[in-house]
Order: sequence, then structure tokens, then C-alpha cells
Amino acid sequence: MSTAAPTGRSPDDRPGPPEGPPVGTDRRTVLSGFLFGCGIAASMIDLFVFHLGLQWHHFYDLSTTEVALAADGALHALGWFITVWSLFLLADVRRRAEVAWRRWTGAVLAGVGAFQLFDGVVDHKLLGIHQIRYGVDLLPYDTAWIGSAVVVLVIGLLVLRRTRPVATGG
Amino acid sequence: MDQNQGQHHEQHHEQHHEQSFGAVPWEVLAMLVLAGAAAGYAVALVAARRRGPWPAHRTALWYLGLLCAAVALGPVAAAARTSFTAHMLGHVLLGMVAPLLLVLAAPVTLLLRALPVGGARSVTRVLRGPWVRTVAHPVAAGLLNAGGLWLLYTTDLYHLVHTSAPLGLVVHAHVLLAGYLFTASLVGPDARLHPVSLRVRATVLVLFVTAHSVLAKWLYAHPPAGVDPLDGRTGAQLMYYGGDVVDVALMVLLAAGWYRAAGRQGGRAAGRQGGRAAGRRGGRATGRPGGMRVERIVPTVDEASSGRGAVRSEGASDDR
Repeated sequence: MSTAAPTGRSPDDRPGPPEGPPVGTDRRTVLSGFLFGCGIAASMIDLFVFHLGLQWHHFYDLSTTEVALAADGALHALGWFITVWSLFLLADVRRRAEVAWRRWTGAVLAGVGAFQLFDGVVDHKLLGIHQIRYGVDLLPYDTAWIGSAVVVLVIGLLVLRRTRPVATGG
Repeated sequence: MDQNQGQHHEQHHEQHHEQSFGAVPWEVLAMLVLAGAAAGYAVALVAARRRGPWPAHRTALWYLGLLCAAVALGPVAAAARTSFTAHMLGHVLLGMVAPLLLVLAAPVTLLLRALPVGGARSVTRVLRGPWVRTVAHPVAAGLLNAGGLWLLYTTDLYHLVHTSAPLGLVVHAHVLLAGYLFTASLVGPDARLHPVSLRVRATVLVLFVTAHSVLAKWLYAHPPAGVDPLDGRTGAQLMYYGGDVVDVALMVLLAAGWYRAAGRQGGRAAGRQGGRAAGRRGGRATGRPGGMRVERIVPTVDEASSGRGAVRSEGASDDR
């Protein structure tokens, strides 16, 4: 993902982490956070906020094509898988070195934003798996969904940029 | 083993009682098979005593797994004749929960410990033979498992199962056995019969979860003929979310296998690059207590198999 190491200026605007974790560990931290962000966005935010909480959309709206249904199933399976796997990656980083929590959080935000953006554009609009809410004018909802996804993604990328380890190895 | 014998009996009965098979006898038969599995484990425990202690939690898992299967085959199966939701509860219990619990009870390892050397060699020969090896491959086991479900719910088989007791018994046996094979091909303390990479196992698991959740949503829209729509929707959601719980447990076990292997392999790497951190954190670098539970399983398999010289524990070393 492009979140791994944006090239550019050195992050002098804040005191860098006094002890930079090993490069392999840093990549694993970012990967773990990004996958965790995508995973919780895919398998939990949608379920708990929109299905169970607001009840804007439901288990299955019965209007989906078979292709979209298969895509939805694959996304569902992958969502759980990467959530679980990202936590074991985090545990692996944690037993090797000190976890750069700010950096991990940045990667989580980037993951949530990236997934919500994907969900809002590909799932809702291109594939039409389901809509955000039924019986209303969708434009403000879609705008808010995609706009908030972009904002979260950008914040995540900014945090990642600011928390880059001092010695960038690649 | 016990279940195979059970299936054999079932087919035997099928020939004799094609028409006159009532509701009760096949349930009794299923319970006898489960009782046999319960007794078999107990006998093996006694026989394996000389080879050292056997973890109590494995024994508990075995009997819990049999209990799940018994509930699924007894009261739940009876209710399933009129309720699709009950049918789905039975499917989740018999095809997913019970197999996971039974696999975690390490019955093959226990059997190899219990048998004398000659017997253990014979068992290993059978396990390594072409038949078992073929169906025990994750791809084959996944196809047997998911394929059976698709057949059951997208054809008339669903209705035949509820009208013909012998067929019901065969299908129930298939659900349990295919679930066991599938689970055992991915995770668990018993040595796997195929040195299949973690990548392949993860892919198979994700594809299976995909197929399972797609089938659940498809059933939500298209319940079997004659099923009340509301009942169909409740059942489909039970299949979806109940399946999720078991599938996530499988994912955790798979990832825990990776974590364990990465710890073994990374011990050297950590000494090279993370020595400072490891020193600072003292004992923490060896792993967290939560992750250690699973860890104890592997040495037992290694010990059981290498001590026996019967089954090489391929599964324990390929988690990468």
C-alpha cells in the first residue's frame, strides 16, 4: 500500500521516536494497523453501526445480483481474516520490540479510510451490493460517506508521515 | 474409526429398513455411534496412561464435541423436521462446532499413543494411504464440506433428508465427517497428513467462509420450498452469524500457528536486530501468556509422533 513509506521531507516538526524500531518491525507495525483498520471497517463498523445500531440497512436487501453477492461474501470472509491476522502481527511486533502506537494508530485510520472509500465507491455505487439507507435521497449520504472516508484516510496518512522512523531504510 | 464404523452400520441398516425405518431407530443408532466414540476415547486414555499425562482440556473438548453432536442429532434434529431455524442450528452444531471441538481433542495423537507400536504403524499406514491423504487435503476437504452444503440446500436433497431417515443419517454422517476433515486439514494438534503451506490453508479457509456466507445470504432470499419465509430468514442469519463465530475461531487458530512458528524462527532474528528491545523488556520477548496455550500442543504431537516413529509431524514445521 502507498501508506508504507511516503517519501519526502524528514519529519523534523516533532521529536522523532527516541529509539527507532527495526525496519522490519516498522513495516509490520504499519501493515498490522492498516489491515486492522480495513478489517474492522469491513466486518464491524458496518455490522454494529449501520445494521444493528441505526438499522439503516439490513442483513441483505434481496436486490443484489449474484456477482455482487459473491463479492460481498468474499469481502466478509477477508474482513474477518485480516482483522484476526493483523492482531497476531501486532502481537508479533510487541514481542520483538516496543510498539510504535501512534504509528500503528495512523495506519489503522488509513485502513479504515481506505476501506470506507472502497466500500462507498465500489460496493455501494459500482456493484450496488446495498445502499446506505433506503427510501431517502442518497446523494447527501453518499457524499458524507465518501467525504468522511477521504478525511479519515488523509488524517491516517498524515499521522503515518509524522511518525516515520528517523532512519528510513525502505 | 468409530465414526467410520458408524457409517458402515448406517449403510447396512439402510438396505434392510428402506421403508419401515421409523423416526426413533436411526436416532438410537446415531447415539450408539457417539457412545462408541465416547467409550473409545476413554479406553484410549487408559491405554495411553503409561506414555505420560494427557491434558485434561483435550478430554473435555472431546466430550463437549460429542455432546454438541448428540444435541444436534437428538432434540435439534427432531425439531428440524418442522423448523428451518432448528435445522440450521443442527448444521452449525454438527458441521462446525462439534468438528472443531473434536479436532482440538487430538484423537489421532491419542490413538497413536494408546496403540502398541505395531498397531500404531498400521494406523499410520492407513492415514498415509492414498484414500485418506486425498480427502484430507484442505482443498478436497473444503470441497467435500462446502459442496455437500450446496447440494443439500440447492437441490431436493433437503426435503429427502427429512422424509427418508436412512438418507438423513447418511447426510448427517457426511456433515460431521466432512466438517472434521476440513477442520483437521487446517488447524489442530494432530499432525496434518499434507505438508500444505499456511498460505494455501489460509486461502482455503477464506474461500470456504466466502462460500458459506454466500450460501447463507442466498438461502435468506431463496429458502427451500415449503419453508416459511420468516423461518427461512431466521435460519439463514443463524447460519451466517453462527458460522462466523466458528470461522473466526478457525482463523485465530491458524494465525496462532503462524505466530508460534514466527516466534521460533524469529528468535534468532530478534537476537540479531531486536536484542536491545528484548533485553529492555526482559522475559516479555519470549511471548505473552495468552499465546502460550496453543503452544503446548505442538511438542506433544512431536513427542507422540517422533517417540513412536510413526507419523512425522509435518504440520508443526510448515507454519510460515
